[in-house]
Amino acid sequence: MTPVLATAGLAKRFGGLLAVDNVYFEVPKGQIRAVIGPNGAGKTTLMGLISGRLTPSAGKISFNGRDVTRQRAWERARSGIVYTFQVTSIFAGLSCYENVALAAQRHLARSMFAQVLLDEKRISDRVDDALRQVGLAHVTSQRADSLPYGHQRLLEVAMSLALEPQLLILDEPTQGLANAEIDTLCQHVRAITDSVTVVIIEHNMPVVLELADCITVMERGAVLAEGEPAQIAGDTQVQRAYLGT
Amino acid sequence: MISGRTRRIVVLHLAIIGLLFVLQFVLPAYHHTNLARIMVLATFAMGYNILFGYTGLMSLGHAMFFAAGMYGAGLCVYYLQFGAGAAFVLGILAGVSLAAVFGLFALRTTGVSFLIVTMMFGQACYLTLLYFNEITLGDQGFTVSGNLQALHQAGVGFAYSDPDVKFNAAWLVFAGALSISTAIAASPIGRVLIAVRVNEERTRLLGYNTFAYKWLALCVSGAIAGAAGAAYALLFSYVGASFASILYSIYPLLWTLLGGAGTTLGPLVGTGVMFYLIDLTSGWTAAYLFIVGGSLLALVLWFPQGLMGAVRARWARWLP
Repeated sequence: MTPVLATAGLAKRFGGLLAVDNVYFEVPKGQIRAVIGPNGAGKTTLMGLISGRLTPSAGKISFNGRDVTRQRAWERARSGIVYTFQVTSIFAGLSCYENVALAAQRHLARSMFAQVLLDEKRISDRVDDALRQVGLAHVTSQRADSLPYGHQRLLEVAMSLALEPQLLILDEPTQGLANAEIDTLCQHVRAITDSVTVVIIEHNMPVVLELADCITVMERGAVLAEGEPAQIAGDTQVQRAYLGT
Repeated sequence: MISGRTRRIVVLHLAIIGLLFVLQFVLPAYHHTNLARIMVLATFAMGYNILFGYTGLMSLGHAMFFAAGMYGAGLCVYYLQFGAGAAFVLGILAGVSLAAVFGLFALRTTGVSFLIVTMMFGQACYLTLLYFNEITLGDQGFTVSGNLQALHQAGVGFAYSDPDVKFNAAWLVFAGALSISTAIAASPIGRVLIAVRVNEERTRLLGYNTFAYKWLALCVSGAIAGAAGAAYALLFSYVGASFASILYSIYPLLWTLLGGAGTTLGPLVGTGVMFYLIDLTSGWTAAYLFIVGGSLLALVLWFPQGLMGAVRARWARWLP
């Protein structure tokens, strides 16, 4: 079966720094894949290449068997690759409703001209659904940037849900969250993997070990190891590079 | 909740349009003419507001779209003896085509670069009008009234010099532009335009081709500015290159900022307030620009979101 996502010989150079170096990265459908590694290992850069925020210096990216290397970020998002930022990036100043509506209406109408004909009722039904799923139904009309940080992250999750992605990239989703909020987030991630493939960058090892079906370890722009959680946790090379024991 | 908001928006805007219509029976002749002029200039500002207020692209060359409409309509009447209706449509076409072509180049830039590119293009258009002076009669200007036939409708003639015809034609143009900009602002498209202003990269990563949305906003903006320019030429009968100068690019920016960028009613409020501020103070002192400048400073300090922006923030969050 073709993997949802596959990169071949992917590289990104920033001046003299090789941030991502000849990476072959494949994720089968429905998997939760964790990417771990020390700071500066190239995890976020790799995700930037996959989501189209950055253009690769070399290599290829294919999504559902199609080469998307030359597609721009918005085209990839439209075909189902959704990236959530490491630092929360909601639309400040707009209400929670408006934030999720932007995701919902994009899912309901692909082209600009289809947007013109869109019925607000269909959008609002979808928004209500997504906000209810993450437990934010009570703050619909509040300004998004007035929410506490944990809720802002949940709002991002609601936006991702409303987009119905095929591949969801979560960049350090638990950063800055309280333990109870982390549990909620993990539940949401697990709940959506029936239909969605998830790639998660995470430093919080208990979360990684609990969620991931498979772990990729990166160091200095390259893939150091890849395998099931138990196997990775026992790998001495990985422990030296990352776990620090 | 949503449909209630839509109803409020429709009722409010229809009430404003209705109020402006009724004012023609109440106002003395002087203010009657002023209001006609304000409505046409506010239309220009509404076009500007679509691009600047909603989409967040600050242009300093919008005079070129106003002038495109003005010359598109004016030259057709002057040389080709077009009727007012056809000339008006041609004015809009001139505005929208200029915006469509210009956008393909200018929208490759953002922020300050966009500001400078629009200013350069605006100046280039202004100088082009002067360069082809033999055709455009740019430096001294020309009047269209001598060549413009009165409109005959159902056996009744409407002369454009008649103040009532002038007022109602200006009102129609204004009402059309306000309806279009309100429909856009309150629609899913308007939401995307605002999203582009707030955070363009995030909008792109939601899967929106933000270039296309910015281009659409520029085209609508150019069309409305062109309509205002055409209406100005036809109703106030003067066409001249001075309307393509940088001053007429700065005016819509000031009117929009004063009234409230990104509010549907801001351009009308801003244009009206500024018009009467100049009108009243210039009758009182020769240093009237000093007072105008002072009030703009006060506005920036205390109402950075403009008058309607402040109203929305304080009392009516539902305003589009």
